[in-house]
Amino acid sequence: MTPHMLTRSLDRGATIFLLVVAAIGVLIPLSNLLLPAGSVLQVPTYLVALWGKYVCYAILALAIDLIWGYCGILSLGHGAFFALGGYAMGMYLMRQIGTRGVYGNPILPDFMVFLNYSKLPWYWYGFDMFWFAALMVLVVPGLLAFCFGWLAFRSRVTGVYLSIITQAMTYALLLAFFRNDFGFGGNNGLTDFKDILGLNVQAEGTRAALFALSCLALIVGFLICRAIVSSKLGKVLIAVRDAESRTRFLGYRVESYKLFVFTVSACMAGVAGALYVPQVGIINPSEFAPGNSIEAVIWVAVGGRGTLVGAALGAVVVNYAKTFFTSGMLAPYWLFMLGALFILVTLLLPKGIVGTFNAWWDQSKEKRAAASTSAAAEDGVTQPKMAE
Amino acid sequence: MPTNLSARLCTFVLSLFLIAFALPAFAGPFEDAVAKFANDDFSDTEEAIAAVASSGNKLAFPIISALQDGRLMADSDSKKVYVTGADGKSIDAATGEAVASVPDSASAVRLNNRLRRSVDAALGSLTLQSPDVGTRLQAAQSVFKSHEETALEPVDAALAKETNKSVKTALGEARAAILLFKSDATEVEKLEAVATLRARGDQEAMALLTGMGDQPASVTKAAASAISSIQSSLAVWSTVQNAWYGLSLGSVLLLAAIGLAITFGVMGVINMAHGEMVMIGAYTTFVVQEVIRTRYPGLFDYSLLIAVPLAFLVAGAIGVLIERSIIRFLYGRPLETLLATWGLSLVLQQAVRTMFGPTNREVGNPSWMSGAFELGQITITYNRLWILVFTLAVFAILLAMLRYTALGLEMRAVTQNRRMAASMGIATSRVDALTFGLGSGIAGIAGVALSQIDNVSPNLGQSYIIDSFMVVVFGGVGNLWGTLVGAFTLGIANKFLEPVAGAVLGKIAILVLIILFIQKRPRGLFALKGRAVEA
Amino acid sequence: MNVMDTRATSAMLYLDGVHVSFDGFHAINNLSLTLEPGEMRAIIGPNGAGKTTMMDIITGKTKPDEGTVLFDGVTDLTRLDETRIAELGIGRKFQKPTVFESQTVQDNLLLALNVDHSVRGTLFWRGSKAESERIDKVLETIRLTEARNRLAGSLSHGQKQWLEIGMLLAQDPKLLLVDEPVAGMTDVETHLTAELLKEINKTHTVMVVEHDMTFVRELGVKVTCLHEGTVLAEGTIDQVSSNERVIEVYLGR
Repeated sequence: MTPHMLTRSLDRGATIFLLVVAAIGVLIPLSNLLLPAGSVLQVPTYLVALWGKYVCYAILALAIDLIWGYCGILSLGHGAFFALGGYAMGMYLMRQIGTRGVYGNPILPDFMVFLNYSKLPWYWYGFDMFWFAALMVLVVPGLLAFCFGWLAFRSRVTGVYLSIITQAMTYALLLAFFRNDFGFGGNNGLTDFKDILGLNVQAEGTRAALFALSCLALIVGFLICRAIVSSKLGKVLIAVRDAESRTRFLGYRVESYKLFVFTVSACMAGVAGALYVPQVGIINPSEFAPGNSIEAVIWVAVGGRGTLVGAALGAVVVNYAKTFFTSGMLAPYWLFMLGALFILVTLLLPKGIVGTFNAWWDQSKEKRAAASTSAAAEDGVTQPKMAE
Repeated sequence: MPTNLSARLCTFVLSLFLIAFALPAFAGPFEDAVAKFANDDFSDTEEAIAAVASSGNKLAFPIISALQDGRLMADSDSKKVYVTGADGKSIDAATGEAVASVPDSASAVRLNNRLRRSVDAALGSLTLQSPDVGTRLQAAQSVFKSHEETALEPVDAALAKETNKSVKTALGEARAAILLFKSDATEVEKLEAVATLRARGDQEAMALLTGMGDQPASVTKAAASAISSIQSSLAVWSTVQNAWYGLSLGSVLLLAAIGLAITFGVMGVINMAHGEMVMIGAYTTFVVQEVIRTRYPGLFDYSLLIAVPLAFLVAGAIGVLIERSIIRFLYGRPLETLLATWGLSLVLQQAVRTMFGPTNREVGNPSWMSGAFELGQITITYNRLWILVFTLAVFAILLAMLRYTALGLEMRAVTQNRRMAASMGIATSRVDALTFGLGSGIAGIAGVALSQIDNVSPNLGQSYIIDSFMVVVFGGVGNLWGTLVGAFTLGIANKFLEPVAGAVLGKIAILVLIILFIQKRPRGLFALKGRAVEA
Repeated sequence: MNVMDTRATSAMLYLDGVHVSFDGFHAINNLSLTLEPGEMRAIIGPNGAGKTTMMDIITGKTKPDEGTVLFDGVTDLTRLDETRIAELGIGRKFQKPTVFESQTVQDNLLLALNVDHSVRGTLFWRGSKAESERIDKVLETIRLTEARNRLAGSLSHGQKQWLEIGMLLAQDPKLLLVDEPVAGMTDVETHLTAELLKEINKTHTVMVVEHDMTFVRELGVKVTCLHEGTVLAEGTIDQVSSNERVIEVYLGR
């Protein structure tokens, strides 16, 4: 990232957001590790893991906002990229178990011994090395998104058609990963992790470090998104979103732009999944369920699509609400609330929390500007219309 | 001298009857034979089986079948043998008289594998001449399976008397099976047997031909040719079978997708809660059956006929409500519609879960929908057949409705040019609501049919929504015929892939193929072209 | 026909025997038309005459069933897609003004500039003085300098039409296709638009589709009348408007 891109990316909202995330990323782990347990300010370890999960969801939401909010691509299959990143990390963690598994096989994970695998399938090679697994976290989702996008965007599959086939994609993967002979643990997925980079995944220190790392990933992901949307490329993306064929007639190769952001977005989702798995301790095929992907879209809608900050905020708010309601006696009503959220946000708050706030802020700013330069007030100045 | 002849015939028949009824009266060979069961010796038992089976006594069948089921009790001290019935009542095997109880010292007559075969064969020949056609047919088939040499005589005897065509065929096949394995059968007999089996042409005939052991060269050759002939005919039948399964699956897909073809295809509304409309239809069926069970049990066979209009009304009314309260604010924003209706689907699922519980509810098949019949080498179940018929009927009615009714005309007008339709005095918002209601109502009807073959649970709709969208998108949006072709193509493709790739992989393959297909033809099989597409 | 090294025609745009049909409806029927470099041509014709479909064919949105479409004498347009055709230097203004409503006037022009259009180029783009000068110049030409920081969606209908013409100018194509530029404009705006197009025509080849006869008359260029997807008459506005067949088509039989 060149300096001019960085300065261009950082408007006031972005800077505030980054500072807040950085503060959380430093303060929560420190409070967890340094303050004595039971102190009012001490954040208990289970909360660190829980909030770490939210931060991962925020990264996924950013990835969705980048393509939906700015380029108009509504993917209902982003959970698939998230899960693939998660599986890549899970495979590394499985191989770190070594002889500590129930069957004590130094090479084969427990489920393979259980399913009578004679040797490690070829696609598990290399996952004993962290660098390779980390690379696959980016490459596997990125490659799938690239191939899928290359086919879809070149044939100009757009709008709801694209949404439906992305949903079919994640559904197909769901069915595949449920199969035992697919080599990813079938129904149960991958779990019982022990170490990550030689550190116990259950240890407080590791959890705190993973949390800080997730915040760092959120910061980096946010900066990448901002750099993209504040560049001229970002303007092209918005142009594609608002008037795709006009953009084409101006000589832009629309499919390349879509392919670029779709792939970047899938890689981000993969990273989110990879950070998610060691913090929750399991990855299984249910992560591919179409419902998960759609739920992630609603986080973005709640926060405000096309705002990035809103997406991250929406992910945290909705998931906090989910934890709050599903753990209490209101649990049976959570689906009512989630469903109502989908309906109400699309009907009443189409710009989301941050989008609505921005519109209000701009309006009042304009009013103030108009008041100070009343002489310049002329007819025909209408309020700027926000993007749909 | 005709009079004399008929008199002699009468005497003969009479004496036959006399013998038949008089026999048990004498303490003769039959009773001796029965007593041998009490010797607890396998070779004595075998003799007893043969003697009883060939006795012609009317107790022969109950005795042998009791022996097979372990219900033949013998007391080795008193040499008395008893048949205990399934209802707990017992009779004396030798006399047929009822006894109060079987003595404690009696124990079940033991069998070994060799004896079991004899029992099967004896039973087979005993029932070969039963007055009931079904029993005779079954007997012939069991002889065919066991092909014991001892059954040859009874089969020949039965064959001579048999008048029913299908039983006769079965007897002929049983005879062929016996001859094929009979070491001293002539070559000509064996060749005839092979020909008979070849004509039968099913899996079992092929199993007999492949497992017949050493035979004269000409027979081996004939058998080889028969096997290959059967194999190819079996391949044809398995294709027919797959095609039938495919049609059946296609009809289910079509049923689930027709409603969607209206809301998505005609109105352009993405209704993710479509599956829940199907589910509501299924639960309507459940409620109807509950009411019938508790109040009017006699009407059970009509439960589906009552449920169909009710499901249409319930789901349709909910559809209109949804359109008026949510969808109409989102026209022209397909992606938002998608999200809102998904939310709606969560609410509806949870509502049903709260009302009816999270587990499967039992929906029964009326008598006319249960059972199956054979067609050549394949079995067709009535429920699948009725669903296919029902689906095609719904499709035809819908098509006729769109073409010939005022609402259909208005719907088409609004679809093609909303502004023009509005300016010509069509109340477009009313048409929108009714169209959406129609689509939802049809989904409800689909639910009635699907309740017959699927679990009725709150998740019922979820399992159909992706498939339904695939069908509509594959067939081409806005084209009902496309939906029809799409549904049957996908159904048949799926069932032909299944034996090759397995059910799950087959489904994955279909999904991947559709994804690739949409990229080649983004607007489906039957795409609309020109200006209409842009609007 | 070998069009690789020799110019098949000196024309800027050459259409010959073009056919296209949608589901049996012949939208374009044996259409032949030639546009010389530097020429401005007005296309008139009743609704459904195939004017917009013709533009779709030239810009690669619709593929003809048969016929030749050559650009600049050498390039077969029927084999290229919209992006490639735009890169070659054919710009298009749509019938319904299509600007990027949620972006500022200035950004609309920036997007239209014929500079590096690759993903890489736009990602690492940083403005240059030459670029901003060009944008300033276009803004002045289309009289939107004052409104440069306003969102395009907040412009009046006439201003949007101009912004779209301005985007064409920024694109600086060899051939401009302008579809109904004065629809919904006031008389004054119509007049100014005619002046603007004449100005543009000094350096570009232009094809204008328009219903407004006063405007066409004011342009004072050769007119082609289309009907049912084929050329009905061609000549000056007076010749064409006195053509009996044209009168018949416009007034009905």
